[in-house]
Amino acid sequence: MRFLLILLGALLPTALAAQDSMPPAPYAYKQLEDPALEAQATELMHTLRCLTCQSQTIADSDAPIAGDMRHQVRSRMAAGESPDQVREWLRTRYGDYVSYEPEVSATTWPLFIIPVIFLLVIGLVLWRRLRRTSSNESAGA
Amino acid sequence: MIAEIGLAALWLAAALAALQLLAGALALKHGYVGGAERDFARLVRPAAITQALLAGISFVMLLWCFAITDLSVKLVVTNSHSMKPMLYKITGTWGNHEGSMLLWVAVMALSGGLIAWLERRLPIRTMQATLATQGFVALGFYAFLLLSSNPFERLPVPAAEGQGLNPLLQDIGLALHPPTLYIGYVGLSVAFSFALGALLTRQVTPEFARVMRPWVLGAWVFLTLGITAGSYWAYYELGWGGYWFWDPVENASLMPWLAATALLHSTSVLAARDALRTWTIMLGVVALSMSMLGTFLVRSGVLTSVHAFAVDPERGSFILILLALYIGGALAIFALRAHSISEGKRFAATSRESALVFNNVMLSAILGVVLLGTLYPLLTEAFDVRVSVGPPYFNPVSAIFAVPMFLVMAVGPLLRWKADRAARVQVPMIVVGIVIVGVLAFTAYLGDYSILAVLGLGLAAGLAIASFLPLRGRKLTRIPIATWGMVLAHFGVAVSLFGMASESAFTKERLAAMIPGESVAVADWQITLDGVDPIAGPNWTALEARLSASRAGGEAIAVTPQARTFWAPFQATSESALLTRWDGQLYAVLGDSAGVDQEGNQRWQVRIWWKPFVTFIWYGGLLISLGGALAIIGRLTKDLKRRRAVRRGDEKREEARELAAELEPETA
Repeated sequence: MRFLLILLGALLPTALAAQDSMPPAPYAYKQLEDPALEAQATELMHTLRCLTCQSQTIADSDAPIAGDMRHQVRSRMAAGESPDQVREWLRTRYGDYVSYEPEVSATTWPLFIIPVIFLLVIGLVLWRRLRRTSSNESAGA
Repeated sequence: MIAEIGLAALWLAAALAALQLLAGALALKHGYVGGAERDFARLVRPAAITQALLAGISFVMLLWCFAITDLSVKLVVTNSHSMKPMLYKITGTWGNHEGSMLLWVAVMALSGGLIAWLERRLPIRTMQATLATQGFVALGFYAFLLLSSNPFERLPVPAAEGQGLNPLLQDIGLALHPPTLYIGYVGLSVAFSFALGALLTRQVTPEFARVMRPWVLGAWVFLTLGITAGSYWAYYELGWGGYWFWDPVENASLMPWLAATALLHSTSVLAARDALRTWTIMLGVVALSMSMLGTFLVRSGVLTSVHAFAVDPERGSFILILLALYIGGALAIFALRAHSISEGKRFAATSRESALVFNNVMLSAILGVVLLGTLYPLLTEAFDVRVSVGPPYFNPVSAIFAVPMFLVMAVGPLLRWKADRAARVQVPMIVVGIVIVGVLAFTAYLGDYSILAVLGLGLAAGLAIASFLPLRGRKLTRIPIATWGMVLAHFGVAVSLFGMASESAFTKERLAAMIPGESVAVADWQITLDGVDPIAGPNWTALEARLSASRAGGEAIAVTPQARTFWAPFQATSESALLTRWDGQLYAVLGDSAGVDQEGNQRWQVRIWWKPFVTFIWYGGLLISLGGALAIIGRLTKDLKRRRAVRRGDEKREEARELAAELEPETA
């Protein structure tokens, strides 16, 4: 018994430090019954940011808020919402910052335009190079 | 006293770097003629060697301060603790901003000294320009250390006890991770110095490429090892089974690797074929820019938040000025001088050069995407718009460039230099094509997996076969070591790709709240919780779960994940337990207690994954590094042999001349 008290003493600071004296929400560490739905939920959780962590998704974090968000994701998906609907709900609640999947918008368009420019430049350079060498060959022949 | 010796040595080293720059620049400006200028030119090599010695002494002094836990030194107080194991006292030296910058500059000075001492192949003017550049780069780092992050700063009153090292860093993997990366970064800075030296003296020749190549290869091997180790560390230490998060810190190490990979291949083209001169120099500049960007972004704290950057505005603006000076300066010199060197020899569209150029461009595009995705959120945050860019962006966008790259990588090594016919490599290409399509079809038939994972599996299979095709029809004993290196490195890429795709497609996850005696199934494993006990280590206490895992009804194996609590500084970490099999890893983590069940039994959160072939990711990384190491050995031995042959030839000619001279009087 005394041993348990010591153990409790050792654990208490952990609980205080994490500020989660409340038990974690039911679905924070519990998977959904349906494996297909759980797979979808896991995929979604891997694209959502844990807001208090440093560059971690909610699928990779022990932070209490990540647990709460996992619970939200799983319980909403169990209630029949689609992954996109859940993402949208989290977005309206926490802002665009929560989603690791940037959407094309007024603030993010360069993220999509620049790779396209890369593709165009590469295409142009290779095309010119190929044309030049083939014309060289025909000139040489 | 120790700290003061270290600081004095650092100041002297900085002064010598300035001398090295000045003497090199003067010698370069006035030419190697004689008189006073000649004395300047003579100073360059000794200055570099002495600077190496002093920087080395300075770093050893800091190591000493950490080893004896000198609590009057501020850095030791904030990053160490007298109760820490000796190993982590020592590794704690570079587990912080100041110490790691000192390590950077010490390694850099040492390699500068090494070149000055040993390298005799290049024209003397190119050597001087190279060492002057080296001095210039080092000077910036010395200034940064001495003016804004002095590692030897003393406290007015010594502290009673240190604040400890972040427990996450108290791990052998992470202890070795930063020095490995830094050696890689420094290797790239040496490559940059060579590139700039060659550019300034118009000596962009195959000989220059051969001198630079071991440095690029070495840097690349260390970067590969560093990234592999860092990824494995994140995998087992963070406790959620992820191995790559596209975290800005990780990207900061990936970007120099991408640049180094491209540089390495274009250096090979320059050495073998005297083509791609400007492109190689450009990549040398990019590689240095990326490694400096990497170091500074990680060390300035700008990555966690732009606002954290503003906490120490002095250090922040110093970093910005240095970055602008080096990257801007290097690009300016490149722009001014690039026209003075010609593009080099030309080649046909179907040729090995062409395949290498294609993949170089693809690597650069991937580098561009990673750079964009890493810096863009920082840029918008400065305007108070917060965006997250993560795996759903990086994976598909980089795949657009990576997939064609892997395809060309399969063909490239089979093509001949200068010009080739596609028909000549038709048969092996059809075989590889069939393997790729076959695996794609089979995986698509097996189940509903993500497109990227399926593509990865198909490409990995095709690439694995293709990587050995260059050996076809050749006598295995006659193949040069460097070619074995290439084969192994390319095979390593296939192995790593297979591991990533397999992990992403086939991982099985199980989260459970278990009472002792309960068991759960994951894939074909049966895992039973036998109990949870408290245990204690040298500077931590922990709860340890005793799990027994048995596969397909086989013998039970003990697995013991821990939830550790460190007290200096206070932090909780989870120590995952791994069970490695040839075809994957069982990954177990003990979470918090999960209340009690109806009968009052304590329940524990346990997370278990079965990750098929996940280990292949890191085996692949090791194979790539091994391939690189073989390439260095192969190139160096071949080069030494060639030089010996040239010398022998010279000696023979000399002898013949002497003989002729001896004979002459007789005939006369």
